[in-house]
Amino acid sequence: MQNTQLREILSEAKDLIAKAASRSETDEARIKFLGKKGKLTEILRSMGALGPDERKALGKRANDARAEIEAMLARKFEEVKAAEHALRFSAETLDVTEPGAEIRLGAKHPITRTIEDISRIFMRMGYSVTEGPEVETVFNNFDALNAAPNHPSREFTDTFYVTKDTLLRTQTSPVQVRTLLSQAPPIKVISPGRCFRVDTADATHSPMFHQVEGLLVDEGVSMADLKGTLDAFAKQMFGSDVKTRFRPHFFPFTEPSAEMDMSCFKCGGRGCRVCKGGGWIEVLGCGMVHPNVLRVGGVDTERYTGFAFGMGVERLAMLRHGIDDIRLFYENDMRFIEQFG
Amino acid sequence: MLIPLEWLKEYVNFDADVDAFCERMILTGSNIEGVRRYGEGVEKVVVGKILSVEKHENSDHLVVTRVDAGGAAPLRIVTGASNVSEGDLVPVALVGGVLPGGFKIKKSKLRGVESEGMLCSASELGFDDKVIPAAHKDGIWILEKEYEIGADFVEAAGLRTLVVDFEITPNRPDCLSVVGMAREAAAVFDCKRIVPNARTAGRHANKAEDFISVEVRRPDLCTRYIARVITDVKIAPSPWWMQKRLMLAGMRPINNIVDITNYVMLEYGQPLHAFDIRTIEGGRIIVDTASEGESFTTLDGVSRTLSADMLMIKDAEKSVGVAGVMGGLNSEVADDTKTILIECAAFNADAIRLTSRKLGLRTEASARYAQGISPELAGEAAERVCALVERLGAGYVTEGAADVYPKRDARLSDGAAVSAPPKAGGGLSRARIELRVARANKVLGASIEDAEMVSYLRRLEMDVRETPGKLEVLPPHVRLDLNEEEDLIEEVARMHGYDRLASTLPAGAGPATVSRAANLRDLARDTLVAAGYGEIQTYSFTGPRGVDDIGAPVSAKERRFVRLLNPLGEENSVMRTTLLPAMLETLALNYSRNNARVAAFEIGNTFFDRGDASLPEERISLSMGAYGGDMDFFRMKGALELLFKKLGVRVVYEAERDAALWHPGRCARVFAGAARIGAFGELHPDAAARCGVGTRCYVAEFDMAELIEKANVERAYVPLPRYPAAERDIALLVKEDVTVKRIEDAIRAAGGKLLESVRLFDVYKGPQVAEGMKSAAFNLIYRSQERTLTDEEVAAARDKLLTALEKEIGAVLRDA
Repeated sequence: MQNTQLREILSEAKDLIAKAASRSETDEARIKFLGKKGKLTEILRSMGALGPDERKALGKRANDARAEIEAMLARKFEEVKAAEHALRFSAETLDVTEPGAEIRLGAKHPITRTIEDISRIFMRMGYSVTEGPEVETVFNNFDALNAAPNHPSREFTDTFYVTKDTLLRTQTSPVQVRTLLSQAPPIKVISPGRCFRVDTADATHSPMFHQVEGLLVDEGVSMADLKGTLDAFAKQMFGSDVKTRFRPHFFPFTEPSAEMDMSCFKCGGRGCRVCKGGGWIEVLGCGMVHPNVLRVGGVDTERYTGFAFGMGVERLAMLRHGIDDIRLFYENDMRFIEQFG
Repeated sequence: MLIPLEWLKEYVNFDADVDAFCERMILTGSNIEGVRRYGEGVEKVVVGKILSVEKHENSDHLVVTRVDAGGAAPLRIVTGASNVSEGDLVPVALVGGVLPGGFKIKKSKLRGVESEGMLCSASELGFDDKVIPAAHKDGIWILEKEYEIGADFVEAAGLRTLVVDFEITPNRPDCLSVVGMAREAAAVFDCKRIVPNARTAGRHANKAEDFISVEVRRPDLCTRYIARVITDVKIAPSPWWMQKRLMLAGMRPINNIVDITNYVMLEYGQPLHAFDIRTIEGGRIIVDTASEGESFTTLDGVSRTLSADMLMIKDAEKSVGVAGVMGGLNSEVADDTKTILIECAAFNADAIRLTSRKLGLRTEASARYAQGISPELAGEAAERVCALVERLGAGYVTEGAADVYPKRDARLSDGAAVSAPPKAGGGLSRARIELRVARANKVLGASIEDAEMVSYLRRLEMDVRETPGKLEVLPPHVRLDLNEEEDLIEEVARMHGYDRLASTLPAGAGPATVSRAANLRDLARDTLVAAGYGEIQTYSFTGPRGVDDIGAPVSAKERRFVRLLNPLGEENSVMRTTLLPAMLETLALNYSRNNARVAAFEIGNTFFDRGDASLPEERISLSMGAYGGDMDFFRMKGALELLFKKLGVRVVYEAERDAALWHPGRCARVFAGAARIGAFGELHPDAAARCGVGTRCYVAEFDMAELIEKANVERAYVPLPRYPAAERDIALLVKEDVTVKRIEDAIRAAGGKLLESVRLFDVYKGPQVAEGMKSAAFNLIYRSQERTLTDEEVAAARDKLLTALEKEIGAVLRDA
């Protein structure tokens, strides 16, 4: 009798589960057959009256039926959940090509960015960052840097003066002097900052510009070290495949002096608009610190040697970003600034 | 410095093509700006003879010529030039020919007349207008008669040639000459240098001393004065070879005498001047300073007022030239000049520079003297001038010279091969320079042998004495730049080649550090960028008016200007004391360019005069400016709160009603402790109108130095709460003039120890509340560190708070 009942329950459950169209209807079906008062539960409960063999045989069949119903329910649950999701997903579908909600991020000035990049490279090589004042003494800017007393760059036509003894620094090199006066070797610093020269602003000139200065004074520092250091800098700044070359040049505060060129990062040295066809781009000036400068700081020039270098930040920023007019840096049209965010 | 290659090669025969030559010269320190390639790409330009010149039937400006250009039949060529006449030889570009720059010649009709080619000017053949001889400056190039008709002009004139443009550093004035570059090239390529022929025939009819005597009254300013005399002068054009070299080197040919002096100047770097001896009163040259206020007309026809420190060339009665700068109009060589005096002198570099600057007169001579010239050079150059006068048949050279060389006797009799070189200051005695081989190698990081160094220095014409480990060196007299060991180390390095030095990384010094101030400044910058502000940079100098524009009081610190002595203009005449005026300008510029939304900041130095001789105070400041989009007072305040939070600075805001720059109801001054660190708010409509911004905008300025001083970026860990919080919202009705700060302070004071935080989330004024009142809604969080709070505990705390608020600030619960 129970066997017949089991078959009926099974077929009834099959029908009802098949008809269920939602998760709640499926759940109702579950309760009806497998719940505490469910039909199958009732049969199992009624088994107490049977003999052991019968009970065992029926128990097995009832459990098989239960497993079958559970499997049907599980399949149905998946089915209706999928159907419900499909509906919801279709209703909630977005046009993912619409723009994202705007998050306004500012931008650092390209000069700041370039200074940070240069500084980071040298800091990784162990250079501390130090800064000096924009208004300087004539002594620090010229005299202590071995500039001839009558050098034309000292004239009113070249340098902004505040008094006869103070001026707007024309280079970051006076920070070399300040460092030598305040610190004993070993010295390993770079110094970024603003500089000024009497120039009317045009596409390639600006009365205010930025330099990054570097100074290393220690025992056994040689021109070979200068070459290695600046070559490493160029490769990190402009790419590992740039080559550098050093040309003799003249600066009053270094000797031997050099200018460093690098192979054009645009054309690889074949010649293009960026390098004006020459394949080389002038990057910076450098040299071995002149003993007269070291002596200002009381450095024993027989024991210590050093090198110094200085680079124009605007020039490097213009090269990197392909900017063709230096005035853009100080005009502050935000459409320009925001390109460097 | 333009150096024609064939001229250079006359004095040094290096074995390298032009590219290899340039490369080696650049790498040894003679940088090259470019190579001018004359005649490159020029085709079918031949020598033609004008057979006839006729009027053009349809034009008053054109003429029709018939030209024999070596072809079977004469060519008909139309030209606009008016300087051609029958029999002239001219360069003719044939049809199918090409001029410099790739300009192709085609058969064409000019006003109805067909032209079979083009007569060329020197300019069309690639010369700068400033070097073309006056005779054909504005017309067709009229050639000398010796050319063969029909010959390729570029070849026949030797104009398929290269000119190298050297960039000479200021320490090497000796390289501003063909001989100087020949010395350099000979050293670089290790080959022999040929000395220019400076020998005269020696058949002198007269002696120089019969014509002239020289007296130097200021031996400190004139270290040498040589006067040579040439008689029977025949002024004429100089030969083409000389004209060509002058033109290629950038100078205009004038006549044989002037050209010879210019030629020798280019060759030796020694300026020269020719006087007509008829104009030299008493046959006397006196070198002395001018009389104060003296008026003198220079060769260029300009009357100039002199000062007593200017060195002059005078005769027995008057001034005849400004020494080292320009001769006088009164002693100019004329077409009928028969006897000339050639001046070849050495003057004090600083004196010439000063005179040139004071007169506002910079000449080729003054520029060269100002860089320093060896007095020894004058003797060599004077000889060369005389040799060229003879070679060109321009006159007879008289015997001897008036040569006043006050310090010659002080010369050291050291080094037979090298005449005693003078010091840069003009003195003559000069000791040998010691070069320690080990020192040089230490500085260069190299191991160059003694013998190699000796070879490098000798190639540079230095006299070298070898002692163990040490070289004693006497440079050639023209090398005024070589005075100490470092100078010689550089010479060794560049002859060896910087490219051959090793490339190593130095052994490290200590760890890299950045100052606290710089770190905090960078943090502030990063924070503002993250808050959506873009960084600007404006000039450190500005105009004093900007301070008026922001309404700074008369006694304000902002008026303690550091002033420039030589500013570019009033608007750049003082160092900035505030960043606000430049920020307003930036907002205005962006507004005028229709940039709809701007949020900008600047971090930079401001400068304050200390009232004494010391350097000014440099103080870092921060400005912000914004308009457009959803920008308002509280958005800017939000960015500031973010900044203060990042810097760990606790601040207090107060209403600021009296600042001229700001909207009186929308401005806050900000304090950190007792210090006022800045203010921000909506720009006053008058100020906005003045700077041309037609929308509400918001500006701020803060004392960044004070912020850095007060900053605390250390963070101590606070244990996370273990028990849940209880949140309660309350809406309070208060009088309108009770500030949120006051309510918050009162809540905090009366909140009890369970109150963890207070946050305003709404303020309402309007019909829902009584006139003169506002509703302020706060979110309160209660929490205990020991247990989960019960509703009763929270309710008790809240009731106690409300009672206190009613008493303290007259606040009542809105929905109660």
